[in-house]
Amino acid sequence: MTGLLQHPGYDEEKLQRIAELLPCREVQAGLLLSLMGQPEHHCYPSIFIYGHQASGKSHVLNIVMKQLELPHAMVSCVECFSVTLLFEQVLQSFFGADASSLLPRGPSLSDFVRIYRQLSSESPTKQTRYIIMEKAEMLRDADANLLPALLRLQELVEDNVTVILLSEIVWDKFRPNTGCFEPLLLHFPDYSKGELQQILSKDKHPLYSAEFYSSYINILLGVFYSVCRDLRELRHLAALNFSKFCEPLEEGKVKESDTHKLWRNIEPHLKKAMQTVYLREVSSLQWEQMQELEEREVGAVRGLSAHTHVELPYYSKFLLIAAYLASYNPARTDKRFFLKHHGKIRKANFLKKNEKTSNHLLGPKPFPLDRMLAIFYSVVDSRVAPTASIFSQISSLVTLQLLNQVSHDDQLDAPKYKCAVSMDFICAIARTVNFDIVKYLYDFL
Amino acid sequence: MSKRKTKQTHVPVGECVAQLQKMLRERLCREELPETPEGVAAQHKHLLELLRRTALHGESNSVLIVGPRGGGKTMLFKSVLKELLEDKDVDKTLMQVHLNGLLQTDDKIALKEITRQLHLENVVGDKVFGSFAENLAFLLEALKKGDRSSSRPVLFLLDEFDLFVHHKNQTLLYNLFDVSQSAQAPIAVVGLTCRLDVLELLEKRVKSRFSHRQIHLLSGATFPDYVQRVQRQLWLPATFPDQRFAEEWNNSVKALCEDKSVEDILRRHFNSSKDFRSLHALLMFSLSRVSVSKPCIKPADILETSRMYFADAKANMLHGLSILELCLIIAMKHLNDLYDGEPFNLQMVHNEFKKFLQRKSSSMYNFEQPVVMKAFEHLQQLELIRPLDSSGARTQREFQLVKLLLDNTQIMEALQRYPQCPTDIKQWALSAFG
Repeated sequence: MTGLLQHPGYDEEKLQRIAELLPCREVQAGLLLSLMGQPEHHCYPSIFIYGHQASGKSHVLNIVMKQLELPHAMVSCVECFSVTLLFEQVLQSFFGADASSLLPRGPSLSDFVRIYRQLSSESPTKQTRYIIMEKAEMLRDADANLLPALLRLQELVEDNVTVILLSEIVWDKFRPNTGCFEPLLLHFPDYSKGELQQILSKDKHPLYSAEFYSSYINILLGVFYSVCRDLRELRHLAALNFSKFCEPLEEGKVKESDTHKLWRNIEPHLKKAMQTVYLREVSSLQWEQMQELEEREVGAVRGLSAHTHVELPYYSKFLLIAAYLASYNPARTDKRFFLKHHGKIRKANFLKKNEKTSNHLLGPKPFPLDRMLAIFYSVVDSRVAPTASIFSQISSLVTLQLLNQVSHDDQLDAPKYKCAVSMDFICAIARTVNFDIVKYLYDFL
Repeated sequence: MSKRKTKQTHVPVGECVAQLQKMLRERLCREELPETPEGVAAQHKHLLELLRRTALHGESNSVLIVGPRGGGKTMLFKSVLKELLEDKDVDKTLMQVHLNGLLQTDDKIALKEITRQLHLENVVGDKVFGSFAENLAFLLEALKKGDRSSSRPVLFLLDEFDLFVHHKNQTLLYNLFDVSQSAQAPIAVVGLTCRLDVLELLEKRVKSRFSHRQIHLLSGATFPDYVQRVQRQLWLPATFPDQRFAEEWNNSVKALCEDKSVEDILRRHFNSSKDFRSLHALLMFSLSRVSVSKPCIKPADILETSRMYFADAKANMLHGLSILELCLIIAMKHLNDLYDGEPFNLQMVHNEFKKFLQRKSSSMYNFEQPVVMKAFEHLQQLELIRPLDSSGARTQREFQLVKLLLDNTQIMEALQRYPQCPTDIKQWALSAFG
């Protein structure tokens, strides 16, 4: 373990500490250190590190830079939405707090390079300076010159500086049209199941033994590993559900060694967690409260998606139902569904359909206003006058984003709409007005 | 590091390796100037002659150096400049202005930079030039006043020349070329670019003032040259403090270059790209593996670094996906096969996935729709799938059409390498139509 992290030029003890702080990332840290070389050596102008979310990219760099006390600037590209902020942050972390005051208002790259040169000639260091850019994929949306310039910053400022880019996205998607200085590519592989287990088992509870916690992590990974490999997410879930896991132990029902009973107790609970907490339907706080109250069944608290149910006026409900029917039914079947005396339509012809044309797969189709109104009058039992209120209800459905207006060319004459609600939603609405919508849907015939 | 006088000193290995790293890293990373440029002797001579005529005889010139990225344009220019400045007269009189298309993104910034580099800012400072036009007029005036015999020659270097072409009206280029055409202060304009069609981008009036002198740097390197280059890049000079170590190192480098497996790898690199910068990246990786305990580069190192260098990044990312995400990708692959590359949405993918689950008895992967959607969105975040139109807010998420950005072979290869991939999923991926 320590063999990988032996690099001349750095303090032995500090390297030791780094190795302890970076479980399962020794290989990557070692590779990075050997690329960086000794502090006073030259380093390659730019290094691009990619890997999945929570694979320890920022963490490794943070620990290495902090522990070895190398001059570095940690920049998040999400925070620095303008180049001014980026330049200020870099200058401040290299040359002290008041360095950025030299920058003029609205600085260009040219100003930045000039001031950087000036400052670095005033206070030269022997050590390599590092600029670490997190979420580097945001750089692609910035000024087109920024990324190529950063990649060859060493050449432009004539200082021993290295730019390290961290991203989730592969380098191929970064390359500008006319090419650029190619960085060294470094991959941080994902943690394997064993490694996840090892890392998660580290933050054990002081009251319980390490094996006990480790077995809990094992069960947790058994449920969640096939869906989620994000260390952060798993750690969060582990912290949330541990108290539930310990419950039978506290009540004295089982012993620590009785793994099977503990598993029987926790497994359905974790499965529920996947549908609620994992999707953030129920917030972590609510989840914890639910565990404490306990008399209510888990999941009884209505999640976020359950709240999508809205109170609508009577006619609005029917308008929405009409819109849904118009969106998901082909126009040629309208006669059959909504006309009382529709003559003869051949059944074979009517039911001719295949998988691909199912609208519940392809999504809603746009329809003209007239068609929707025709369906509306057909499904509403009473006589409704086409008053202004009906039409204003249609436009308020658009503002509520239950309907979408498709083509913007004609506001008054023949507007086209699309229905933007889900099947569950419309079924719930139809139930409140006692309308059997499934009977009218072509896909479910 | 203290210089030792005696020839046969023996420096400890640790220090030797540190020295070696320092020396070679500077060579590889900073693109240090070689003693003599390789393979560009004719171009070198041409450019040197041209610049010398400007510097000494007051002739105005313009030239474009065109070549691919990493083709040694800057190196050529710098080595010419170095040789030119060795002449005492030239060194005293020649003024240089270095501009870079990446930094000077418009003419105003470029003009400011020119004033600064010509040390005119205090002159301009008194007069308080507000506008761009005045500043330009002043500069042009200063240039016009001069003539061939009396005024100092100015050398303009425009790095990333193709970016200057996109400035408004190409004012800067027009003025520079105009000065170089008319009998004013002697200037030489040297442009470096990697675009072969750069002349097509110039406006007509600008193009007519340009001398149409182009120096092409197209790499004609053959494979033996390439191997030579590897050897030369790693070669330690005679000035190395410890002679014995240097000799051992040089011998090991020589043995390395003659090794059969290394030659195969280099051949592969040569076939993919002739440019030397990618070679430097490879050597940099190999060099970083040199340590005190192993003070030489072994063929195995080159093999290992080359494997890293050629690794498919997307395959690497696929390796880290969860089972559910992998299943979605396989479903997308089947949809692609079935409907001939037509775009699809989440509903269709999920439907395809459900069809697979129905055929299988166990319901191990029977996930809820929102969980599937979360996995789908993760794939989109990784840019493995791309939404077809950007009007994301207007359509529901499950009906937004997307395209898969992966190749079938990539998927199959990732599946082979996937740790503990369930057999039924593998079979599902292999079956022709879902």
